[in-house]
Amino acid sequence: MNQEMNLRLKKDLKKSSKNDRYLSWFMIIPALAVVAVLIVVPMIYSFSLSLTNMNLLKPASTQFIGFRNYIRLFQDEIFWRAFWNTILFMTLAVNVEFILGLFIAQLMFKVTRGQGVIRTAIMAPMMFAPVLVGFQFKWFFNDQVGLVNNLLYSLTGDYQIIPWLIHYPMNLLAILIAEIWMSTPFMVIIFLAGLVSLPTEPFEAASVDGASGWQQFRYITLPLISPFIYIAMVIRSLDLGRAYDLVRIMTGGGPANRSEMIWTYTHRLAITNNRFGMGTAMSFITVAVSFAFVIYLFRQLSKSLQEVY
Amino acid sequence: MLDRQGINIRPVSKRQRKIKQEFYNLLVYFLVLIFFLPVLWIIMTAMRPEVEVNARPPVYIPSRLSIETFAQLLGASHTEKSIPFYSYLKNSLLTSIFSTFLALVTGTFAGYSFARFRFKGGNQLFIGMMLVRSIPGISVSLPLFVIFARTGLLDRISGLILVYTAMTIPFTTWLMQGFFKDIPSTLDEAAQIDGCSRWQAFLRIDLPLALPGLAASGIFAFLTSWNEFQIASVITRTPLSKTFPVGLYDFTQEFTIDWRGMCAMSVIMLIPAIFFVLLTQKQLIKGLTFGAIK
Repeated sequence: MNQEMNLRLKKDLKKSSKNDRYLSWFMIIPALAVVAVLIVVPMIYSFSLSLTNMNLLKPASTQFIGFRNYIRLFQDEIFWRAFWNTILFMTLAVNVEFILGLFIAQLMFKVTRGQGVIRTAIMAPMMFAPVLVGFQFKWFFNDQVGLVNNLLYSLTGDYQIIPWLIHYPMNLLAILIAEIWMSTPFMVIIFLAGLVSLPTEPFEAASVDGASGWQQFRYITLPLISPFIYIAMVIRSLDLGRAYDLVRIMTGGGPANRSEMIWTYTHRLAITNNRFGMGTAMSFITVAVSFAFVIYLFRQLSKSLQEVY
Repeated sequence: MLDRQGINIRPVSKRQRKIKQEFYNLLVYFLVLIFFLPVLWIIMTAMRPEVEVNARPPVYIPSRLSIETFAQLLGASHTEKSIPFYSYLKNSLLTSIFSTFLALVTGTFAGYSFARFRFKGGNQLFIGMMLVRSIPGISVSLPLFVIFARTGLLDRISGLILVYTAMTIPFTTWLMQGFFKDIPSTLDEAAQIDGCSRWQAFLRIDLPLALPGLAASGIFAFLTSWNEFQIASVITRTPLSKTFPVGLYDFTQEFTIDWRGMCAMSVIMLIPAIFFVLLTQKQLIKGLTFGAIK
């Protein structure tokens, strides 16, 4: 009797695990299929295009040229300028946003009145489309009628036309400010949620033991909110390419490619200059940089998490 | 002065401490205002008289507010040059709603599968999917431009819907699997012992419990599509499929930009975002940080 039941249970289990397997694939395949058909397959196709000299104006004369596009890009001065601009820009952006986000969250956490209002207010930039941010800041930094120059005029009484978006590296700085304005609030909100969720006992205990504010932050707050840091950085790292919208609108990569970034250079080669083969080759370098950045970010993150603990 | 235990060494009156705190509050309010001011500025620009927009010396506070720019945009006074606002509205709404729906359905399924079942290569698949999400839009847009041109999907909102669905699936999957992981699988098993199939257990037990996650990923997917520019700027050409972010370019001419009109359209573009973010603020934050709170 007992044995028989055992056997039946086993059979049931086997059947259900087989059913589970079907169900697991049934549930996962639609998502995979959509991603594969619309992103992975086009990217493979794109790679094959990057080995040709395809030109949008004369697609009939497309020829296979091997890796010549890539080689030419690596010898291209503008490419390297775009490359280093991007690295500099992303490093600054991510670091400043992280530190500023943590700082503002900490400040807001200690506000005793109107928490709800300021929390809502600081979410405002999260509602903006990056294009919108780009247009707004292009206007703010306009040399003739921009808000920034106007404010400087109102403050100093001395009218100076500062060409923010024209001179390098001022134009990069202007784009960086737009980027920081756009992305910091998201960090603030996540970190604030982390701070709110913290228990109060460790802080009380640390106070009794005479820990300074900085020590409390370093050895209690930081380790305890590290899961929130992780979430914020995951989401942030997936959106690196969003900066394209800002650059495209604020300077278009110009003047004379001085504020060029890898994303805008991709667009310039493929669409503006019609050199589609070269553009797709550039787009793969863009992808490689994105992947490298994501991986680097995660490495650093897990390392610093270990240090904190 | 206060020592570390909060005991007064040198007596500080309660009032003094209160004033200090109020001062601190004000300082933080001011800091937050910096992040909020551009919103006010856009609204003010959309409603102020045209002469004030580019005035010098600058006019900070509008002398009067009117809604004529909005009326122009919405077609109260139709002119030859007016912007096809309703086409943009329709395209933006349709692409965002449909792609959000599709991404939610497929992403929830996949998220559940990743959270509950173990299968070979599952982890690699998951990481692969996240990496796909980090491919910049401009890179994806190039091959899609060629493929869509050949299949007749170029400049069609159906093409946009497909791309946006594919773009938002990885993030939806990531959020949802975090949610499902936090729902104890014993609930599932109990339901199955009571005679539910796995599928029924998913529909009746897990899905309702994961509703906050569904809300958060839905909003994120919607806003991603609503605000997307990189891909749309390459594969949309005419009012047939152009969405708001691409449509903003209509306000720019060779050397001048109609800032007032652009600000009016921006305000309208912001409405769904404000609506979603304000109404669902708590769920959104909870949804994003769900996995972190133990």
